[in-house]
Amino acid sequence: MKINNISIKPGVDKILLSHGDGGIKTSELINNLILKYFNNNILSRLEDSAVISGVNNTRIAYTTDSFVVKPIFFPGGDIGKLCICGTINDLAASGAVPAVLSMGLIIEEGFEINLLEKILESANKVLAESNTSIVTGDTKVVERNSADKIFINTSGIGFIKHDLNISPAEIKPGDKILINGSIAEHGLAVLSSRPEFSFKTNIVSDCAPLNSLVEDILKISDKVHALRDATRGGIATVLIEMSQKSQTLFDIFENKIPVKREALSLCEFLGLDPLYIANEGKMIVFVDSSDADKVLEVMKKNKYGKDSRIIGEVTKKMESGAVSYNTKIGTARFLDRFYSEQLPRIC
Amino acid sequence: MEYKISDLVSEINKISEGLPQINIMEVCGTHTMAIGKNSLRQILPASINLISGPGCPVCVTPASDIDNIIELSEDHKNYIFSFGDMLKVPGSKNSLYEKRSEGANIKICYSPTDALEFAANNPQINVIFIAIGFETTAPLTAVLVKRAFQNNNRNFFIYNTHKLVPPAIEFLLDSESENNIHAFLCPGHVCAVIGSKPFDLIAENYQKPCVISGFSPENILESILMILKQIEGKKALAQIQYSWVVKQDGNQNALKYIYEVFEACSSSWRGIGLINGSGLVLKNEFKDFDAKKWFAIKDRNVPEPKLCSCGDILQGKKKPFDCVLFGKKCTPDKPVGPCMVSSEGTCAAYFRYEIHKTNKL
Repeated sequence: MKINNISIKPGVDKILLSHGDGGIKTSELINNLILKYFNNNILSRLEDSAVISGVNNTRIAYTTDSFVVKPIFFPGGDIGKLCICGTINDLAASGAVPAVLSMGLIIEEGFEINLLEKILESANKVLAESNTSIVTGDTKVVERNSADKIFINTSGIGFIKHDLNISPAEIKPGDKILINGSIAEHGLAVLSSRPEFSFKTNIVSDCAPLNSLVEDILKISDKVHALRDATRGGIATVLIEMSQKSQTLFDIFENKIPVKREALSLCEFLGLDPLYIANEGKMIVFVDSSDADKVLEVMKKNKYGKDSRIIGEVTKKMESGAVSYNTKIGTARFLDRFYSEQLPRIC
Repeated sequence: MEYKISDLVSEINKISEGLPQINIMEVCGTHTMAIGKNSLRQILPASINLISGPGCPVCVTPASDIDNIIELSEDHKNYIFSFGDMLKVPGSKNSLYEKRSEGANIKICYSPTDALEFAANNPQINVIFIAIGFETTAPLTAVLVKRAFQNNNRNFFIYNTHKLVPPAIEFLLDSESENNIHAFLCPGHVCAVIGSKPFDLIAENYQKPCVISGFSPENILESILMILKQIEGKKALAQIQYSWVVKQDGNQNALKYIYEVFEACSSSWRGIGLINGSGLVLKNEFKDFDAKKWFAIKDRNVPEPKLCSCGDILQGKKKPFDCVLFGKKCTPDKPVGPCMVSSEGTCAAYFRYEIHKTNKL
């Protein structure tokens, strides 16, 4: 991976917002500091979930995520819905059926209990929809101003009930690349609900649990090679990571990527690039070309996949990995990771 | 008239065959980005050389201004409101982004009215809005200052760095030692305010075709075609391609606001130097809102970083690839000069959109 090898200067280098935005700085922090202390062959894959072997060779997916979204209530969802969907989608992206979750709450003193109840209610709705439950948890309260209202961590365990290896390493030249719908809505919905943002918009977050979508896909095809949910950093970041991990070249087509007109207009107005804006209900699917059409069809039948499209294909092996972005006007350029957060605290 | 990309490219190729190399300065940073994002250089003939100009307000704001604002932010009674772009621009030692991470009260705003509202709601705090931009954003600042004056918001200030585009273009043409710039792709949004008349004068006085362009790839290609047709016909006019937004007289209301509150003055452009009549300063009756006056900010001389080519790049004399620091010591993550960090910066555009194509790194 193209990550700068940096040495930390004690007393000088500080954590910046860009270390948490899913871009290059995040990768630098993980690769240069975190993996320095926690390096093993499971973690070092840096996939959405860790896949570990259980009893009788069952495979278990295990993941964790923390949620610091601001504001905590936004069009289309809230931190409660988000914290369950995020973890469920990470498990689903490993091809696992989510089973149980944990929840850790860090709450600021003075936070209204009725808001907490709304958040738990939202979380519960998603648990019910996805047939999962919170089986263990923790609650901490910190003094006023020591946390911003509420932060939530969830972790989850899922079981892999098939023989497939769903992993970037399985991506092959010829695979088609699919997505289940339009992009950039979560990031824009969260941005539009911040007090400093005085524009009115109808964009709502796409926050959704995608485990049923993935189950439908895996029922219809045994040629799915990889899955990834495209959260912070947008689809561009995910595609670049997947191309680098699989050491292949992707060809992506601008005119195939679904973007709602209002999202595109808002991005143009604010100077944002929709490719790099967070989603919370989008799964990118890598499948053998022979099964691409039937996978697309089954995705379109799922409530979270009505606008599914084939957005590109895996062209060939390439050691450094790369994503070639073919513009609407017939030119092409390589996508790169972004260097600074477009929108902090988006998930 | 709507053109298909293929038709435009075909016509451009046809006309170019009969012309020598044409250097077109695309003044505006938003055009620089649009050209890069759509990889337009891939479909233009090699004889069309698009060179970037000084139309990036963040890039041309002197480092001394960044240092001054940083100094203001060190007093916790001062809240700095800024558009996001300014935050990562390097001053002589650090940036507003780094100061913010150290706890300075620096806020990003999307609308300058947020700054005034905050000031009205927090009279005990000094609110300083970084008023940056060309003629496009100056009317907004003018409205704000007027409102603050009417409402007596004595805790509201602007740190004014507004600049004017046509004087900078004239300066570049006056100081050219060789005929480097043959035509201009003119800034669409600046001209939405000032109209096409300033560029009528530039076209006539310097005999350079000027086309005021929109921002889609079709708009830009059509504008290039209009330039080539002028050159082929040995004409030098200002034409409006962006006709659904730009009128010859511009936006008279916006201009009225600007010149009610501001007057023209000399202004220092980072990497270029002092340009007469190229800045805006608050008129006397509004001077109490001028942060530089109120906080008695002294002029300081901040030398440009060693080996940084931003100045030459902003004047179209060099391209980012000609800078020894580009992509090596100077990256979006650790920018040396402002052109690498601004969302309209030439080096940022090249780093993002042009690097892999040319394999120069």
